[in-house]
Amino acid sequence: MINIVIAILVLGTIAALFGALLGFASVRFHVEEDPIVEQLDALLPQTQCGQCGYPGCKPYAQALANGEAINKCAPGGEDTIKKIADLMGVDVQPLDENHELDKGPTVAFIIEEDCIGCTKCIQACPVDAILGAAKQMHTIIIDECTGCDLCVAPCPVDCIEMRPIAETIQNWQWDLNKIAVKQLD
Amino acid sequence: MDSIIERINHNKFWHFHGGIHPPEQKALTASKPIKQLPLPKQLIIPLQQHIGRQGDLLVKVGDKVLKGQALTQSSNPMAVPVHAPTSGVISAIKKSVIAHPSGLSELCIFLDVDGEDTWLAREICHDFTQLSQQDIIHKIADAGIAGMGGAGFPTHIKVNTKPDINFLIINAAECEPYITADDLLMREHSDAIVDGIKILDQVLNPAFTLIGIEDNKPQAIKALQHATKDVEKIKVCVLPTKYPTGGEKQLIKILTGKEVKSGALPIHSGIVVQNVATCFAISDAVINDIPLIRRVVTLAGQALSKPQNVWALLGTPVSHLLEQTGFVNEHQSTAIANPPVANPPVANPPVANPPVIMGGPLMGFSIFNEQVPIVKTSNCILAPSKAEMPSAFADKSNEVECIRCGQCAEVCPSQLLPQELQWSAKAKDHQQLTKLNLFDCIDCGACAYVCPSQIPLVQYYRIAKAEIRQQQQLDIKAEKAKARFEARKLRLEKEKIAREEKHKKAAAARKAMLDKKAADGSSASSAVAAALARVKAKKEAKENANKPQVESAKSPDNNISDDKSQVNAAIARAKAKKLAKKTANKLTESEQANELAANSTETHEKVAELAITNKKTATQDKSSQDKKAKIAAAVAKAKEKAKEKANKTHEQTPPLSGVAKEEVNISTKEKEDKKVRVAAAIAKAKAKAKTKKEQEKQPSPTDKEST
Repeated sequence: MINIVIAILVLGTIAALFGALLGFASVRFHVEEDPIVEQLDALLPQTQCGQCGYPGCKPYAQALANGEAINKCAPGGEDTIKKIADLMGVDVQPLDENHELDKGPTVAFIIEEDCIGCTKCIQACPVDAILGAAKQMHTIIIDECTGCDLCVAPCPVDCIEMRPIAETIQNWQWDLNKIAVKQLD
Repeated sequence: MDSIIERINHNKFWHFHGGIHPPEQKALTASKPIKQLPLPKQLIIPLQQHIGRQGDLLVKVGDKVLKGQALTQSSNPMAVPVHAPTSGVISAIKKSVIAHPSGLSELCIFLDVDGEDTWLAREICHDFTQLSQQDIIHKIADAGIAGMGGAGFPTHIKVNTKPDINFLIINAAECEPYITADDLLMREHSDAIVDGIKILDQVLNPAFTLIGIEDNKPQAIKALQHATKDVEKIKVCVLPTKYPTGGEKQLIKILTGKEVKSGALPIHSGIVVQNVATCFAISDAVINDIPLIRRVVTLAGQALSKPQNVWALLGTPVSHLLEQTGFVNEHQSTAIANPPVANPPVANPPVANPPVIMGGPLMGFSIFNEQVPIVKTSNCILAPSKAEMPSAFADKSNEVECIRCGQCAEVCPSQLLPQELQWSAKAKDHQQLTKLNLFDCIDCGACAYVCPSQIPLVQYYRIAKAEIRQQQQLDIKAEKAKARFEARKLRLEKEKIAREEKHKKAAAARKAMLDKKAADGSSASSAVAAALARVKAKKEAKENANKPQVESAKSPDNNISDDKSQVNAAIARAKAKKLAKKTANKLTESEQANELAANSTETHEKVAELAITNKKTATQDKSSQDKKAKIAAAVAKAKEKAKEKANKTHEQTPPLSGVAKEEVNISTKEKEDKKVRVAAAIAKAKAKAKTKKEQEKQPSPTDKEST
């Protein structure tokens, strides 16, 4: 009987000791980790387009962290889905059928002669990329436009259109299929 | 440093890792002098011919320009002006295909050559040693000089450095096969080059100036040694021939034994490297006031019957140069000789033009349009025959799997791991590529040259580099979009809070007013009547105190102002009542009437305004018609009560009774006049109240306050 008591006491003491040690270590060596939402938000393209059904990229990141489907970001496309899958440790899924595939980068363009200055698009723009005032012509700040096309629908006179970004020397990408490869023999 | 100089004096140099010895092919053009070409009919001058930004146009279509006249200018330090290479008329300023592997179009100035070659007035400097450093730098910048070795970095930025330059290195290695442009320039213009070096020496004041030249150019070496024999500071360093000795970092390593760290610039180690052709351009610019308008171009390849170095004006279309050197369109002739049977048609339409490569065979790119102009960085135009360079004619590359032989790693001058890079590039693993120091790759193509599997390694790296740069741009843009989105959210939040605050305050004020009323104990229905009566009594008393005779001729203005005071008092009460009405959620007939009456007074101000501006009350609702009747009833009721009270006052003061009656009559008349306006205004007020409610429900950022 006494042996059992001794054994329990010894083991109990050891357990308490290690427990204290672990507790101390967890406080002392605490690592401030990036919250998962921030990491997810960093992967999203930040177009703030709302095509995922959430009012912006951060809310979608939040929803992703809570288990929302990872295949709802149309502007991000397959790449983003892959990255999110990697981070969340889930399987890669094809892009949600409800979403069209990314049509390449575009920017909104206001046909200025037709603009009536209703400010509706300004209210719709998630990144404040539209300049204008009531009854004044509006225009897009191209450098700030994310191409989310949220301003297209509210326009009462349909004077906003999405235009593809022109290929320039600055954003041109090499294409092995187009450029013959030369090699000196 | 002394040990470095000692080694150099003993002609002992360091080695860089790797490198290759491709067939030089320089004999094709090295034996012939630089040829002066007849003027082309038209020059196409791209606005941007260098790394950095393009300048602003100084000319317009139809302008007549003289040789050497600046066509662009800019205050941006990274912008370099371009000049008219000869005299003529600007025929167009439009987009045209430029010398870039993408074959994309950029803004170009089209200059119709008049053939007179008239110079702009020049100012020749006889003694550049009198010039200050800043003067020289300004002259270099104004002459539009950008590095002529290949990269095209603006020279005036490169030479505008702080002191403590240990070495000025002149890159005369010209290590790429076929190219002999610098070789010929050194042979023919060694004195001008040495002048250019002296000018650079004056600006940078380096401890030593080293000219690095490969030993396959004996005539050029002799010419330079002759030109520098009385300058102690300049040393001509003859280096063993190896590709890519002419790489900036490789040349520094060979000459000084120093390695430029990854991501660092030579200037961080106190070294400035300039191309030998740039030195010539500097001497031309500073001494002869000739801007950079021409350069030596090697025209080589077996498809040319007369390969030679030529002086080409910047903007000369490649087709003109090919014409002058006897370009044989071998591809076409073979195509005719062997109809499609031997050479089955491919998916790509048969190439009408045989490949023409701008730059050397290892680092150049093929151009698809022979209208592409010569720019500041084009040192060579290569037109190979099919036998000479079959891969350039192939429709697709003969790439096979990597056999892990490791030859690429052996020859890489940047000591990278080409096969690892290749795998990561194919997998688009940008993180891994950055980890493998992809950006230290100098695109020399040595790895692709030695690859037995014919993998176009360097192409993969170029693609990956462009993709990573693009990704970085996108990341920056995403970051910016995020910040703007957050800022907007914050702003909307703030606006919402401010609006709620305001509404709360207003509600509190209304409630306070209501409480006060409740304390007074007067019923809601009698409150207005009592107030009206009070006001009227007050008015009466005041008028009595003044001049009773004038009252009959009382101006309506006075009445209005009296009404206004009434209004002011009533507005608050009306509001309080409205609130009470809402909370009670019950509306008795009398209350409604009262409310309407209150509303009528509330809008008196508006009415006055309307009367003044003669505004049409077009916004009137149809429902206001029946409301009008109710208002009329309410007003009449109020009036009755007022009369009653007034009568009481009359009894107390019999001598004034007639006056009072008259006054009441006047006011009644005016009231009736106003009735119509009031009705209109009520409708308006109602509409506004409605919109306000809506706005409360659905706050909009523009938030126009209703009343």
